Amino acid sequence: MTISNTVVALAGQPNCGKSTIFNMLTGARQHVANYPGVTVDIKRGKYRYQDRSFDVVDLPGTYSLTSYSSEEMVARDFILGGEADVVVGVVDGSNLRRGLYLTFQLLEMGAPLVVALNMVDVARSKGTPVDVDVLSRELGVPVLETVGNRGIGGKELKRVLFSFSADEGRSPFVVDYGPLEPLISDLSDEMNSIPEISFPARWSIIKLLEGDSSVMERVGASGDRGRVLLEKVSRLAASFEEEHGDDPRSHIGLCRHLRAEEIESRCVKDSSAGKVSWTDRIDSVVVHRFGGPLILLAVVYGLYELAIVQGYKATEYLVPWLSRFEALVSGWLPPAGVLEEPLIRSLVLSVVAAINSVLIYVPIFLILFASIAILEDVGYMPRMAFILDRLFRKFGLHGQSTLPLILGGVFVGGCAVPGVMATRVIADEKARLATILVVPLMNCMAKIPLYTLLISVFFADRGGAMMAFISTITIIFGLAVAKILSLTVLKGKESSPFVMELPSYHRPTVRGVVTRSIERTWLFLKKVGTVVVAVAILVYFLINYPSLPQERYSSFTERASELVAGFQSKVEGTSYGKMLDSESGVIRLIDYMEKFKSARMSGQDIESLNAKFKAMDPEFFPLIDRSNRSDKDAKKVNRAYKLFRRDRAFLMKEMSDERTNDSWLGRAGKALEPVTHYAGFDWKVNVALLSSLAAKESSVATLGMIYRPVDSDQGSLEEGIKKEGGMTPLHALALMVFMALYPPCVATLIMVKVESGSWKWAFFSLGYPIVLGLFCASLIFTVGSNLGLSGFTATWVFYGCALLTTFALGLINPSSREASIEKGKEV
Amino acid sequence: MTLDEVKPGSTVRLVRNGARGVVGQRLMDMGFFRGVTVKVVRNAPLVDPVEFLLGSQHVTVRHAEAATIEVEPI
Repeated sequence: MTISNTVVALAGQPNCGKSTIFNMLTGARQHVANYPGVTVDIKRGKYRYQDRSFDVVDLPGTYSLTSYSSEEMVARDFILGGEADVVVGVVDGSNLRRGLYLTFQLLEMGAPLVVALNMVDVARSKGTPVDVDVLSRELGVPVLETVGNRGIGGKELKRVLFSFSADEGRSPFVVDYGPLEPLISDLSDEMNSIPEISFPARWSIIKLLEGDSSVMERVGASGDRGRVLLEKVSRLAASFEEEHGDDPRSHIGLCRHLRAEEIESRCVKDSSAGKVSWTDRIDSVVVHRFGGPLILLAVVYGLYELAIVQGYKATEYLVPWLSRFEALVSGWLPPAGVLEEPLIRSLVLSVVAAINSVLIYVPIFLILFASIAILEDVGYMPRMAFILDRLFRKFGLHGQSTLPLILGGVFVGGCAVPGVMATRVIADEKARLATILVVPLMNCMAKIPLYTLLISVFFADRGGAMMAFISTITIIFGLAVAKILSLTVLKGKESSPFVMELPSYHRPTVRGVVTRSIERTWLFLKKVGTVVVAVAILVYFLINYPSLPQERYSSFTERASELVAGFQSKVEGTSYGKMLDSESGVIRLIDYMEKFKSARMSGQDIESLNAKFKAMDPEFFPLIDRSNRSDKDAKKVNRAYKLFRRDRAFLMKEMSDERTNDSWLGRAGKALEPVTHYAGFDWKVNVALLSSLAAKESSVATLGMIYRPVDSDQGSLEEGIKKEGGMTPLHALALMVFMALYPPCVATLIMVKVESGSWKWAFFSLGYPIVLGLFCASLIFTVGSNLGLSGFTATWVFYGCALLTTFALGLINPSSREASIEKGKEV
Repeated sequence: MTLDEVKPGSTVRLVRNGARGVVGQRLMDMGFFRGVTVKVVRNAPLVDPVEFLLGSQHVTVRHAEAATIEVEPI
């Protein structure tokens, strides 16, 4: 042992509780987060034991170690690379036979192995306890009992890993492959004569006999000797098959399974024979023909009720804190002038607003991720896939697309970022890409403010029906788009078989659920937060620059001075007149009043507020002091200030309108008008939509900026849209449908890039919804206005068409899969 | 006969896993090997996929995949 850290790799099959062992060792401090159900790439953590520090590496969970999936390749290459000083093979103690199948392969690779027999509590309760000593003797490696989700066995495991030396881990254990053995030993000698191949010889030959593409490539690339060896292997394999009626791969698998059975029978006294397990009993209800779908609906409804409805209520507690944060920041910044805010102030405040728009989702995500973690731990996810696979497969998706779509917000209120993250679990590459590309079409929470705004303005009396329309149209579209994509751009992508374990039901642990929900929420904040800030800055400049031409600017400043002068003349005779006779005095007043206003909004109690503001500026304090009723001068100043404040707001709005109009974004919005007017979008709506590309939350905010009534006393945004926008319900419908098909926000785009592995797909996911959305919106608006349909009629005509189209697409059956399986992919 | 033809509730013995390539490997890894007894547990609510019991573990595959597996009655 050098002074360097000891590297411990964790290997194991899915559902063996590997992650719980990882958390038990490292205390859940890790570099890469988990994605739902499986382990991302390679997760790393650390722990210290006595005077040595250990790096723990959590390899992806795999059933086997072939070259058929990237997870298996990652795990395999890591172990072969010799980076690990010790490999912990985690085995589900309640299903020893299956776990041994992987353990044998680890031993064949020459991994310095320690076996952690996990979930021994489940094994005991099933009445199939494993005799650890016998198992350890059979395998020739140390075996420890653990219960990862309760933290049992961690100390012992650390102790064993501390005293573990690699030599004792090289077990003499081999699986006897019977009639293949002479071939293996013969070929191993030849393999040893190829110096370029550093893998263990026996393992390499077994892999060649299995037809493992990656080892075949390595050997083939090593030179003439390698090619000769490959030819020999394929010749011998063919003759073996002729002789035994079984190809070497099946034979190898069979031998492993039989050996696993044999070992299991020696270490497990099966006393549970014929007992119907709890899992079977629960399943007879949960995946029942009629009960199953009902329970599924109830679960999805429960998720929404908890995460979205209750989560939204929880956000109300957060709002005061967020506005307090905003007030705090604005307190540090230089105060606003009469007409303009200093650049640094308005820029920082718009960034703060953007950060707040993300933070507001934290409670929702915590609840959402916790609920998902519970469902995962229980083992409900695969059942969901089992129930819905057939429906989804008709549209080129996969049973496992269920969770990503739910997270994305199938009906109302999700988020595409965790949705896209969750596509990792989908085993089928083609369906996975299709899912990644349609998840952003779902109704994420950021789309909802716009819906509610438009519905309340234009469809107030039919809100329920419209909400039903908008929350189901997205999944209808999603299915149609998925199908079209899988028939066209995804045609050549590989699809994999649907072979999925339905694990036993488990009781979730509080610890596991809490850590995972916090972990995933944190990941979301990290990924999204940075992007949102960057984009907020970008949008700020796009919407405020280029600045106004000089002569316009001077005219605005002139008018501002007039306003100030008018205000000053009104308050001149009062006791406050002295303080307000300069412009800086007026600015001081504005700053003070605005601070007080926003402090009041953030719900602090009046006592402490008064004390604070008295200390801040004792001279102006009487103006805001409610107990100070007798002060006639204060009343006079307050009245005058109110008018001044309103006029100032009007002026500022006029100026910002003119600026927006002339900004880069405004110009882009105008440039797009010839295209978008078919959909009924004028340039103002275009600007709102363009700025929504950053984050959809800003659609309402930007519409607010454009249509904002000057002051809150002047009526609401709703009225502003009606008055200034000249919009009709048909306009609103087109806009809502466009929003429903809106391209993913920047954070989602980044996730799409991460999960699909290329910018190409990310840009595609940005492009196709724009085209599709514009097409649908134009269709609705142009056809609707020519036929003179009302918004409400147009809604249902459009809905019917969409439903029919999707239904028809579902009936298209591309080349049947059976044929492709029969042919098989010769590897 | 093939595994997809077996009615839910019955138990059969596996004769041959006839799928090649990745399908064959996946089925193999999940325990579909010669001589193992397979109980057909149930079809999904929409008929496809179908759930099997191998030893003590439940595995679900689509009928298309199940069709590649030859079985015999016990």
